[in-house]
Amino acid sequence: MTDVIIIGAGVVGCAVARELSKYNAKVVVIERRNDVACGASKANSGIVHAGFDAIPGTKKAYYNVLGAKMYAELYEELDIPYRKNGAFVLNFSEEGNAKLEELYAQGVANGVEGNKIISGDEVRAMEPAVSKDVVSALYVPSSAIVGPYEATLAFAENANVNGVEFVFDTKVLSVEKQEHFTVKTDKGDFESQVVINCAGVYSDEVNNTASIVKEQIVARKGEYCLLDKSYGDITDKTLFQLPTKMGKGVLVSPTVHGNIIVGPTAEDVDDKDYVDTTYKGLNTALALAMQSLPTLPRRGIITQFSGLRSHNVTGDFVIGEREDVKGFYNALGVESPGLTSAPAIALDLATQIAQKYGYEKKENFISKREGIKHFATMTDEERAEAIKNNPLYGKVVCRCEVVTEAEIVDSITRPLGARDLDGVKRRTRAGMGRCQSGFCSPKIMEVIAKNLGIDILQVSKHGAGSEILVGKIKE
Amino acid sequence: MELICICCPLGCRVSIEKTADGFNVSGNTCPRGKDYAISELTAPVRMVTSSVPVTGSMDKTVSLKTDKPIAKELIFKSLETLKGVVAKAPVKEGEVIVANVLGTDVNFVATREIEAI
Amino acid sequence: MENRNIVIIGGGPAGLAAAMGAYDAGERDILILEREPKLGGILNQCIHNGFGLHTFKEELTGPEYANRFIKEVKARNIEYKLGTTVISFDENKVVTAVNDKDGLIKIQAKAVILCCGCRERPRGGINIAGCRSAGIFSAGTAQKLVNMEGLMPGKEIVILGSGDIGLIMARRMTFEGAKVKAVVELMPYSSGLNRNIVQCLNDFDIPLMFSYTVVDIKGEGRVSSVVIAEVDERLNPKMETAQEIPCDTLLLSVGLIPENELAKQAGINLSTITSGAEVNDRMMTSIEGVFECGNVLHVHDLVDFVSEESVLAGKCAASYVKNGFTTNGSTKIDTFGGVRYCVPQFVEHNDDYTPFPLKMRVANVFKNIWIKVYADGVEVAKKRKQISTPGEMETINLKKEQVEMLRNAKEIKVGIEEVNK
Repeated sequence: MTDVIIIGAGVVGCAVARELSKYNAKVVVIERRNDVACGASKANSGIVHAGFDAIPGTKKAYYNVLGAKMYAELYEELDIPYRKNGAFVLNFSEEGNAKLEELYAQGVANGVEGNKIISGDEVRAMEPAVSKDVVSALYVPSSAIVGPYEATLAFAENANVNGVEFVFDTKVLSVEKQEHFTVKTDKGDFESQVVINCAGVYSDEVNNTASIVKEQIVARKGEYCLLDKSYGDITDKTLFQLPTKMGKGVLVSPTVHGNIIVGPTAEDVDDKDYVDTTYKGLNTALALAMQSLPTLPRRGIITQFSGLRSHNVTGDFVIGEREDVKGFYNALGVESPGLTSAPAIALDLATQIAQKYGYEKKENFISKREGIKHFATMTDEERAEAIKNNPLYGKVVCRCEVVTEAEIVDSITRPLGARDLDGVKRRTRAGMGRCQSGFCSPKIMEVIAKNLGIDILQVSKHGAGSEILVGKIKE
Repeated sequence: MELICICCPLGCRVSIEKTADGFNVSGNTCPRGKDYAISELTAPVRMVTSSVPVTGSMDKTVSLKTDKPIAKELIFKSLETLKGVVAKAPVKEGEVIVANVLGTDVNFVATREIEAI
Repeated sequence: MENRNIVIIGGGPAGLAAAMGAYDAGERDILILEREPKLGGILNQCIHNGFGLHTFKEELTGPEYANRFIKEVKARNIEYKLGTTVISFDENKVVTAVNDKDGLIKIQAKAVILCCGCRERPRGGINIAGCRSAGIFSAGTAQKLVNMEGLMPGKEIVILGSGDIGLIMARRMTFEGAKVKAVVELMPYSSGLNRNIVQCLNDFDIPLMFSYTVVDIKGEGRVSSVVIAEVDERLNPKMETAQEIPCDTLLLSVGLIPENELAKQAGINLSTITSGAEVNDRMMTSIEGVFECGNVLHVHDLVDFVSEESVLAGKCAASYVKNGFTTNGSTKIDTFGGVRYCVPQFVEHNDDYTPFPLKMRVANVFKNIWIKVYADGVEVAKKRKQISTPGEMETINLKKEQVEMLRNAKEIKVGIEEVNK
């Protein structure tokens, strides 16, 4: 029997796992997909929100502000791509000014420092491409951008190095409590003292098998498109619009890797696995984004994707122990600002659980995690040195993002390594560029097969059922 | 009858009619177009290109072509003869990989040189 | 830092021919940098025949065509490095490249010829809605898998786009036992060659659907079907015409984009129409001593013309190294009447009367036309066409006396006129 079972290896589950790995407790993470960050954690805006748009007094407000502060230090410790680029909330009308004032006041109440309301001209002085229709904006200097799956991977890898076990391809069916918990899955039963529900859009279903207090999560789909890096300088600040009932609205933002991200739309969907992109979604996102940035180049789009936010019908996060099921903890309804809040939620839950169950801090906890050494971001001297030490750094596999074979091998062989094309892509960026893996996928498939010791026909895009190839010629 | 000549990238639209003592061909820019049209009506032929796996090399396949055009109706049957064929490096360009395909005197020959490891 | 007279980036058809051109013009210090483990570029995976009719008066397969040039390059002892990727290039003509043997190499070149070819437009570039499942490939990727790796990307296939790669792959997949259910083309015409429609589709009864596009891709894990619909004149899908085709694979043959990332890095002026560099009649870009040719300059339909253009670029680079470059300014070539672009974009003002070609594409299907070249209002050259389509590159080879007329003209125009006008 283990001490703690965490259900879900998204950013929240992995952050919790990492916090708990600081203690002498046996922790297992159970994930239905074959990798970490396969749900909303891989398909979101990648923003560390400053914390002005959550209503004061809510859990969202509390965890957001705390989480944002934690990232500013965590990114170095865990080698997460992160940059404080600042943001604007753009207002297009006289009536909007009151709403901006409200956001400003909320920021003050939530403890966000440095915000300021400025005129449209002041906005355009900093970001010349911003629309002439912008009359004023809330300037949020502490807003930051972060690599969302890189953050999740960093938490997970560090947790794993510190003893947390990850069980993939395992779907939780129910959580039952007698003496202790029995977590029933499609791969058999797991037993533990404590269960933490970080199951994202499915967290209501997990909760509802364990607790008499029922929850309801709605999958709210957000569609995005991504622009080629050659348009990366169109804005350096994240451009929000005034929030709507459905969320923070459509943003235009640089990513930590220098692309431009546009989105998300917001549409409630019945199917919690429905992440198809649609014409309507793309056109909606683009039309709204072009209100902020009229010169947004449609021809620069290299890919589209969508993610599902776990929207709690009550509107706030549900974090903490269930009254009726002692030892059962929820991190439920963690929609935006979930990525920002994850480390704070993790800290809170881990501290509570450790205290209650008497876990002691490990002496040998390894706090630092080093990510893959990216050839693309090295200096020429570092590159020369890297190739000298490992000639595979001299073999560029992905030309668009300049990813070498050394990085791809590292992504597969490191803790919780990649097992498919999408896994390699999230870890190394191979295939993320303008050709979208047209040139490099055959080579990456070969490297995956070789390093996992499998036949190339077994190599998949994202796990069983998504194999890339169907056979060999002349058979 | 109207045909598009496949002899070169021009893709001429060629008309062909059967006459008492042969064929009346028009629309072709060169003599090859006339030959093509007549053959297309009497006994159409095609070049066939393919590839088979190769062992003993960094290359995984060797590309092939028929060294002469083969009857159009034999395209798939000729490809059948390549099933299970595995070439062994080294291979020279023009080397016969499958000889006398279906007894037609047409050979599948390598179109690429393959070096042995 | 190493010094070189000419560095050629890319060892495909353009790079090989450029090297020959430079060598034959007397240059001996030439280095070709190629990222793949062998020379030949994309020709290595184009195992079908149809190459070389223009150059060699015989029909070769891609590897055979490449090998003719590789042999020529080897016979001249031109130096090349394989498995070597250029990672940066600047306006001072410093080329930085890496491979696993030499590590990081920095080369100061006197002249650089960019021969980087092109890439395929990916799904994201045309915004196809639907799932992100396995089974969606660009046609060239599928071609590489089948022809180079011996691997099958699918069994039941729909192809979007009727460019030559799409057509060729329809036949190739059919040869390997796959079922190609349809080739779907957004436009009312194909940008592929007629001969390929005949011998790749018609021969095997593969339907070619004009004015159709893919509006949805379905499937969990692997593609299970695509939904296609007819488009209206503005190319918007008419959803009432939607039909679902069960398949496990969608191949995309929806356009090629010149790979100009290095040119962009160096700050070379690019054409918004061709996505290649703007060049003068010596194939020189906006940076003196940097030349461009082949598909990185503009996408060609025949490799023979790539070779021809690249030999010229090689010669010009050699001449630049030897004699430098003199000009008294240049005139931009304007286009009219439906000519979409013309390469070169500029004609220099000097007294070099070496003949050069004008290459262009039209924006639409035109019938019974003249393509005419004017210098300061005077007709310099013309070419009669029964039909001209956007898929076919038009060439006007200028003679010495015609070049003379263009040399110091203040206004140069290339365009289409109706024949009876």
